Amino acid sequence: MSRKPLLDIKNLNVHYITHEGTTKAINDLNLALYPGETLGLVGETGAGKTTTALSMMQLVPDPPGKIISGEILYHDQDLTKLSEHELRKIRGNQISMIFQDPMTSLNPIMTVGDQIREGILLHQKVDMATATKRASDMLEVVGIPMERYNEYPHQFSGGMKQRVVIAIALSCNPEILIADEPTTALDVTIQAQVLQLMENLKKDFNTSMLMITHDLGVVANVCDHVAIMYAGTVIEHAEKHMLYRTPKHPYTQGLFGSIPNVEENVDRLKPIMGLMPDPTNLPTGCTFHPRCPHAMDICQVEFPRITRLNDEHWVRCHLYSADEEVSHE
Amino acid sequence: MSKVMLEARGLTKYFDVPGGKLHAVDHVDFVIHEGETLGLVGESGCGKSTTGRLLLRLLEPTEGEVWFDGENITTMPLKDFRKYRSQMQIVFQDPYASLNPRMSLSEIIEEPLIINRIHNNAADRAKRVRELMDTVGLAQRLLNVYPHELDGGRRQRIGIARALALKPRFIVQDEPVSALDVSIQAQILNLMDDLQDEFKLTYLFISHDLSVVKHVSDRIVVMYLGVIVEMAESQDLFDRREHPYTQALLSALPVPSVDIETRPILLKGEISSPINPPDACRFAGRCPYKQELCDREEPKLREIHPGHWVACHFAGNLVQTEDIIVGGQVVAAEEGEDIDIQELARQEVAPEEDILTEEAAEVEPEDIIEVEEAKSEETIITK
Amino acid sequence: MAKNVATASASAPVVADKKRNQWKEVWRRLKQNKMAMLGLGILVFMVIIALSADLLFPKGFDDQMISRRFQLPNSEYWFGTDNLGRGILDRMVHGARVSLSIGLFAVTISIVFGGLLGAMAGFYGGKVDNIIMRSLDVLLAIPSILLAISIVSALGGGLFNVMLAVGISSIPGYARIVRASVITLKGQEFIEAARAIGASDKRIILRHIIPNALAPIIVQGTLGVAGAILSAAGLSFIGLGLAPPNPEWGAMLSGGRQFIRDHWPMTLFPGLAIMITIFALNLLGDGLRDALDPKLRN
Repeated sequence: MSRKPLLDIKNLNVHYITHEGTTKAINDLNLALYPGETLGLVGETGAGKTTTALSMMQLVPDPPGKIISGEILYHDQDLTKLSEHELRKIRGNQISMIFQDPMTSLNPIMTVGDQIREGILLHQKVDMATATKRASDMLEVVGIPMERYNEYPHQFSGGMKQRVVIAIALSCNPEILIADEPTTALDVTIQAQVLQLMENLKKDFNTSMLMITHDLGVVANVCDHVAIMYAGTVIEHAEKHMLYRTPKHPYTQGLFGSIPNVEENVDRLKPIMGLMPDPTNLPTGCTFHPRCPHAMDICQVEFPRITRLNDEHWVRCHLYSADEEVSHE
Repeated sequence: MSKVMLEARGLTKYFDVPGGKLHAVDHVDFVIHEGETLGLVGESGCGKSTTGRLLLRLLEPTEGEVWFDGENITTMPLKDFRKYRSQMQIVFQDPYASLNPRMSLSEIIEEPLIINRIHNNAADRAKRVRELMDTVGLAQRLLNVYPHELDGGRRQRIGIARALALKPRFIVQDEPVSALDVSIQAQILNLMDDLQDEFKLTYLFISHDLSVVKHVSDRIVVMYLGVIVEMAESQDLFDRREHPYTQALLSALPVPSVDIETRPILLKGEISSPINPPDACRFAGRCPYKQELCDREEPKLREIHPGHWVACHFAGNLVQTEDIIVGGQVVAAEEGEDIDIQELARQEVAPEEDILTEEAAEVEPEDIIEVEEAKSEETIITK
Repeated sequence: MAKNVATASASAPVVADKKRNQWKEVWRRLKQNKMAMLGLGILVFMVIIALSADLLFPKGFDDQMISRRFQLPNSEYWFGTDNLGRGILDRMVHGARVSLSIGLFAVTISIVFGGLLGAMAGFYGGKVDNIIMRSLDVLLAIPSILLAISIVSALGGGLFNVMLAVGISSIPGYARIVRASVITLKGQEFIEAARAIGASDKRIILRHIIPNALAPIIVQGTLGVAGAILSAAGLSFIGLGLAPPNPEWGAMLSGGRQFIRDHWPMTLFPGLAIMITIFALNLLGDGLRDALDPKLRN
């Protein structure tokens, strides 16, 4: 691989262990985020997108969550091995996060300006006046006049609140921004504004971004690379154009068949059969095999390895590794 | 064109709120023809769900009428309305909230049959419930489960079966797939399509998701803050986009393709309040083409091409009065006249970028390199 | 046809074929909660003892004999005797009937009337809501024990009046709970769905609202029994409850008050009985709250 990823997740396994059973939330997940790029993490409800993001922040609730194995490499250090104290310096400062619901991720009894200032004071050695100045600058950056510094979240519309959340996340100029469905709760016209803003800020601040979403349209607009998740693992990881033009994994192909596209008039959608598997009771072998139109015998018994199609495209599917098996055995 | 099944005439609903009257739906007129799917799109708070409920008399309108099969169903006594109610059903958005958690699947589907005395004995009803479950693709073994044991897709099938129980002719689909994942969403959309063919149903399909609406609808109505701003055949609406709001809305829709680069028209300004709105265009505050007239007079819906209705004073000859941002570029006013904003808003990506695709497609099996680290293989073996 | 759309999958929940009764489910879930079962066990034990009081403790509750007064616990009188030589245990067992039935009936009164008023207020809203809730607010403004005292003073003592007084004084609380849950339920889509298929108000209330509003009421009721016993005990304690020699627990506590320095069994044992009963009811109430939630499986 030519470039070195900024953040590299290798064979991560995260389980939620309760007395009712073990939920395998993340299974052998591999993910690479390159400097200055946006990686789209796409998957359906329960695919483990949010757990992945929380793992990157080392914020998986423990108990019941446990990182069983794997590495999350960031600047040659493994985040899973850092102490809470070291992590606190990274969180919010070098890696920060935007949550899905702008309505609940702001504190209703603090002014928006103070909420931005709080993060700055926490991570940067600056005095109150500098922090206040920087907080009002951040408001301007996200397109909110600084006169509104002393207003409370309820005085803002949904799109404006999400801008405030973005301002908080970017206030310490993080290297990595994790955005968990940042526009799902917003209307289309507002979503366009927020996405445009994030795009511009990403360029200005040279931030790498992990964009978690279920919307392939949003990914096509803002991402450089795409990782498709299914049942806790990334099943396909590719440069955007490759993924959209030649999706390889049957699940990825299924996703594209499932969404109506305004640019094409298809009479019938081609949905993926069946339902998402129960994470407490995942199918054996490839977790997608019960729904896969191309399932083979091997799919029921063996978890597929990563097959690299080229430098920027890999897939976990036996369809593409089938030829390799002979030589290995 | 086939016969008109349902007609809304000046349909209006105001809600009393602190500070005045919230104009949720304000003098809305449209017709729905037998057998068609009319899409109703708009952003949150535009009054689309309220409109759906007014049609079914789940809400009583403040003003206006609904005509069904040539009868005014708004003013008739509820007793007489009963026979129409069974012909007009609704499927709700939230498959979690729309099913009574204390009733089993069979009880939920059976209820409309009991209430409307469709079958007088339990055996006939049970048979009909099984038929309905078959129709919507619910396995018979689920007969006695409770809704919380099922996933969203299956729950939505229960909601559809309940709506079908009374053999309706018209169904309001109120965001039926918004709460579902894409793969499940496609299953439900196909099911609805099948049902429409099989039972000759007429749909009002309410959604905020333009791509879904485009997929299912024959005609589309676009609402903004309680009023209809544009109404046309669905392809025609996407091709011509006469109202500035429709233009912004459609351009903002993220298209899941890398070969069409969408360049959203970004709206500025604040959404005006739906409480006691003045006699003005409700979109004026965000409109890049706003003229002085727009603040003075509310535009009426008028037909500017056959079957294409727009509520804009300047539809057809918009003159840009303010800078707009299209796809991140500022398009300055004045010069704007010669620039076709719609053309700017969508551009085909130049074909040379396709080389990437070809490269990827040409990868032969022998080129596939296994670069898995030894470590991950161990993990697999231990599994 | 739509049948070809796949519905089966490997992860489908395993579902029993025969019709399952929801109350059986509740019982099954309740059984798994050890603390709730402990509470239930204590209560069942108390009820059995109370019902068979005449058989087990044939001396009755008013077997006075001054010569054996103020005995400490011994083999004949396990809990000792009181100032009139009556066995404290005998009186407590007979008193259990009175105390438990006060608790049950008082709560029944408040659930029925409070539930009805609250359901009407919540369902119809507007004027009906205003009239009912404002009247209940007037009741609520008076501390419930004070209200109970006034009712008993007006009607006079006696088992029935005490039940009535305690029951009436807690009506507003139940009305509020029921009203709140009815208002929440009324806004749910499934109520609208019921309207869409033509259900009448009566059917909506009986079939859709009440079953869903029942859980919080049952829980509140269980806890309310404890409260009612306490209120009744309070009334007896200040001498407004049952007339002596009726052995209500509160009355016994009250009677022991003047001897508290010299003869502890008279206050300790009735106090313990009240405490244990309330503890048991609270355990059961908590367990029921969890068991009645259909979303918590297992």
